[in-house]
Amino acid sequence: MAEHLDQSFEDSAMNSEEKRKINREQRTQIIAFAFMIGLTILAFLAVGAEGLPPIFTTPFILLLAFVQLILQLYYFMHLKDKDHGWPNSFMISGLVLAAPMIVALIMLLGVVKY
Amino acid sequence: MVSEATNTRKKSVLWDWLTTVDHKKIAILYLIAGALFFVKAGLMAVLFRIQLIAPEMEFISGQTFNELVTMHGTIMLFLAATPLIFAFANFAVPLQIGARDVAFPFVNSLGFWLFLSGGILLSISWFFGGAPDAGWTSYVPLASREFGGIGIDFYVLGLQISGFGTLVSGINFIVTIINMRAPGMTMMRLPLFVWTMLITSMLIVFAFTPLAAGLALLMLDRIFDAQFFIPGEGGNVVLWQHIFWIFGHPEVYILVLPAFGIISEVIPAFSKKRLFGYTSMVFAVLIIGFLSFMVWLHHMFTVGVGPIANSVFAIATMTIAVPTGIKIFNWLFTMWGGKIRFTTAMHFAASFVPTFVLGGVTGVMLAMAPVTHLYHDTYFVVAHFHYIIVGGIVLGLFAGFFYWYPKMFGHKLNETLGIIMFWLFYIGFHLTFFIQHILGLMGMPRRVYTFLEGQGLDTMNFISTIGAFLMSAAIIVLVVNIVYSALNSERVTVKDPWDARTLEWATHTPIPEYNFAQTPQVRSLDPVFYEKIHGNGEMKPVEPLDEIHMPNGSILPLIISIGLFIAGFGFISFHLDLFISPYVFIAVGGILTFGAMAARSLQNDHGYHIDKETVESMEKELS
Repeated sequence: MAEHLDQSFEDSAMNSEEKRKINREQRTQIIAFAFMIGLTILAFLAVGAEGLPPIFTTPFILLLAFVQLILQLYYFMHLKDKDHGWPNSFMISGLVLAAPMIVALIMLLGVVKY
Repeated sequence: MVSEATNTRKKSVLWDWLTTVDHKKIAILYLIAGALFFVKAGLMAVLFRIQLIAPEMEFISGQTFNELVTMHGTIMLFLAATPLIFAFANFAVPLQIGARDVAFPFVNSLGFWLFLSGGILLSISWFFGGAPDAGWTSYVPLASREFGGIGIDFYVLGLQISGFGTLVSGINFIVTIINMRAPGMTMMRLPLFVWTMLITSMLIVFAFTPLAAGLALLMLDRIFDAQFFIPGEGGNVVLWQHIFWIFGHPEVYILVLPAFGIISEVIPAFSKKRLFGYTSMVFAVLIIGFLSFMVWLHHMFTVGVGPIANSVFAIATMTIAVPTGIKIFNWLFTMWGGKIRFTTAMHFAASFVPTFVLGGVTGVMLAMAPVTHLYHDTYFVVAHFHYIIVGGIVLGLFAGFFYWYPKMFGHKLNETLGIIMFWLFYIGFHLTFFIQHILGLMGMPRRVYTFLEGQGLDTMNFISTIGAFLMSAAIIVLVVNIVYSALNSERVTVKDPWDARTLEWATHTPIPEYNFAQTPQVRSLDPVFYEKIHGNGEMKPVEPLDEIHMPNGSILPLIISIGLFIAGFGFISFHLDLFISPYVFIAVGGILTFGAMAARSLQNDHGYHIDKETVESMEKELS
């Protein structure tokens, strides 16, 4: 709890240091976002281009997807930040829950029975 | 800033309830809507129990039977149990952690209205060519466009809309519990109900998303002729079962964990002892929550996924019995040596323990993959999950209802009528469902609308139906109790009518809209009880009395929900012969929803302040 609860709020509760941080954050987010759009365009080009063999395209767009995933988690979902213990633990538990499901679905819906 | 006038202007009662963002009022809205759906689904059960009272009855047709069974299951799980859980969560969670409201009051109200519009969309299916009839699981291909009726479109879109509501509410509770705790309320001092709601909300976030995905795929199949689940065109029917049960199994825990939480509040309060093994209770809840995701395949043992997969999931399923056993023993040890007061709430809580054990035992039986081929699709399964859902969740909900009623409505329910209701319900419940174990072992299949004479099923089915009548009588007694108590019962003016332990009992009755005039200092688990022993019985404040910042009410959640309702109906009406084009509905609904969302985004709503003098006078009046 903040110490000054008896005073009413000003326009912004942030000091100049925090504002500077937010601005920097905003800049990295925009750069990451532009980069991801670029990756998406690349994926579309790879699929749309004539002459590229599927044996190349499939692993290539999967690789792009993986890079995007990392960027998403790292920059947009604040995996990089300190003091994000709760959000990070939620994201990690999401991964821990989803991974076995996806593996199980791929294995169990395949032709092979286990 | 919105002026003070917003607060002082006299609002009509109806407008107030339609626009409210106060968690206590939303709790009451959830309670009323959930109770209506509960009664509706219960009546459906009585109807098809009448059909099964004797062999070869012709009370209702087979088609109606299927529709009733489907709607009974769907409504009970999505539109009765879930909102009733949310009613108590909305009411108790902010109070128990010493907060003024939930983290996002607007989203809270949106959650309620989305649930209600989805529920109504599901319910109007009766008037447009029949209710969904493919079972509450809606297995394809039974639920595909080729074999399933129009009702399943209502199922898909109704559940999708009400599922959005559940999802946003779940996120809201996570944020509330993590960020809005009073000073001193560490994670290991959270009341168990709050802990279970936190885990439940996590389960909602991780389980309702697969459901939303599955329903979206089924909607594409049915309305836009996709083929995710159509085997002839490359789809896979088993995929639906996987997706459904990846959601469906955690759903059981989404409902039962808060019931555990309620029981863990009620038993210590009426045993006059602190909860035995608090830490182990918390970790048991965590482990149950985690394991509930890893066992969905036990609903599909007979699908034929192979022996290794069956074994792995069988063992994982049985593992859940361990943390559940820990909880059961902790409740018993809490009661052991306690000074027990057998109020109605305590009747429900204490009877919950053995009944839930019975459901758990048959659960372990069903978890044995080889034997499941024997039980599969018989009444044994029906008996098992009704012992969990009625003997667990519903008893827990009744316990919570009688326990929190004085705080919610300012008077107690009549205890004599309450105990009559308890015995009627408890005996009726066992008559209905215990005997179904035996019916199942004798081979009576579920979801079949009649049975033949002379198979030894007649007497037990008759008894089962009589039990259903007794449970209905219990609900009638409850309604009588509510009306009688509202008229005759003495008003509760003290803060703590039960001599209870947790923070919600430190507020005035009735609770002012800001809950706590000053945020309390929490010094222990069971803070109210701690202050009774070590302090002067009042919570110590951590802040001076000052003006209080409150959120403004808003009609926008209702408009968003109505918009989604209309748009959802539009998508369904592609396969209805209406004189209005489906696109009209979709356009109108879309404009309403997105217009209201845009209005919300552009509007600068800072809420209002209750000034210090008003707070002081309200506090004086109440104490």
